[in-house]
Amino acid sequence: MLKGTYRVKTGFAEMFKGGVIMDVTTPEQAQIAEEAGAVAVMALERVPADIRAQGGVARMADPKRIKEIMRAVSIPVMAKCRIGHIAEAKILEALGVDFIDESEVLTPADPFHHIDKWQFKVPFVCGCRDLGEACRRLAEGAAMLRTKGEAGTGNVVEAVRHMRLLNDQIRRLKEMSRAELVSYAKELGAPVEILEMIQELGRLPVVNFAAGGIATPADAALMRMLGADGVFVGSGIFKSENPEKRARAIVLACTYYDDPELLAKVSEDLGEAMPGLEIEKIPEHALLQYR
Amino acid sequence: MKIGVLAVQGAAREHLLCLSRLGVEAVPVLRPADLAGLSGIILPGGESTAQWRLLSRAGLADPLQEALREGLPAFGTCAGLILLAQEITNWPERYLGALDVAVERNATGRQVDSFEAKVRVDGLGEVPAVFIRAPAIRRVGPGVEVLGTYEGEPVLVRQGSVLGATFHPELTEDLRVHELFLSLCRKG
Repeated sequence: MLKGTYRVKTGFAEMFKGGVIMDVTTPEQAQIAEEAGAVAVMALERVPADIRAQGGVARMADPKRIKEIMRAVSIPVMAKCRIGHIAEAKILEALGVDFIDESEVLTPADPFHHIDKWQFKVPFVCGCRDLGEACRRLAEGAAMLRTKGEAGTGNVVEAVRHMRLLNDQIRRLKEMSRAELVSYAKELGAPVEILEMIQELGRLPVVNFAAGGIATPADAALMRMLGADGVFVGSGIFKSENPEKRARAIVLACTYYDDPELLAKVSEDLGEAMPGLEIEKIPEHALLQYR
Repeated sequence: MKIGVLAVQGAAREHLLCLSRLGVEAVPVLRPADLAGLSGIILPGGESTAQWRLLSRAGLADPLQEALREGLPAFGTCAGLILLAQEITNWPERYLGALDVAVERNATGRQVDSFEAKVRVDGLGEVPAVFIRAPAIRRVGPGVEVLGTYEGEPVLVRQGSVLGATFHPELTEDLRVHELFLSLCRKG
């Protein structure tokens, strides 16, 4: 019996495909997410919009909160640790969370490195803005990726930017000769072997979700149209007027993204979405995606 | 022969790849019309609660149940087995009820306890298997045959042309369990 193998980690991520992973801060919210059809919940103390508004250092959630959420639902529970914070990751693994998000939404703990994720039995998901970042996270052992977008804004533009960029880079990679690939690896800051693997597969070797700014069923559908395997919704559900209804609608939109009539139907009368932010009005130092 | 793979949520792609490697026409099933002309259907892994909510809210649950009642061969892996089971011992819901077994959800524990191992399958010998937050089969009805075991516990069962596995054969290179299902589909 082999536990914690890369196949067990990436295979688990395959099970999320076509699904929605929702940020929750209480057991009650977790149950609403499960009932709406979420494939997993992300246990947090504050959703990204509140982290952004309140400022300060954002850390791993209180283990008590995470355990309460784990007890409340039957679906997988993810939790976030700070970038490079090996100790927070070890604590989350000991708690038995099903997936760790080494996340730019929390304040980075290590200015030099991300976590060496090969050292863990629990799988990790990491954010990326482009193919270089995706490859570096894979080299560190990430079993799942997500495009970063700009969390807590309710503005999908950065999620689209990152997914478009990734798609474009993979498309170009597929046409490259070996010599071009080596130069491209240097340009991207990506390991050659991982680029070779992606070139051979014609796609990323792990599941890739979209995240950061998804607030409506149409946003979820858009990200799926652009090739995301599924979506993370952070503040978009529980910062909206009617979380139950919106959560259900986003779940349906994520699966039936190619059915405009269904999208129209589920988008109807959802109440107010979360308040949105224009990216240009956020000072550069407050953008989470560059972490 | 055309085989459908339920594709509302979960690891449909891996099953579709296994089927095409076996030279079978394989189609994703998302809508009632997709059930037409199928010789069998695979219900993949994923989250059973999410899959069921999508099936029922998209109007696919009833037509699928009807097709199973009319004898459409089916193969459920992990969450797919939970959808097919007659009873779920630790969850208040019951879904398609097409396979007379009682299953326990998440019986192997959380993800850190997920594992790969070799299981023993009648007529096939050792088969590589991946167990992910896997369910366990706690009761097997009188018409159900245990085809595969791991540490003495049932992991692959068959009732007529309905097959259920607690593990994921689609995450390995070994296609023999899929071949076994295709032989049930050929018999109709």
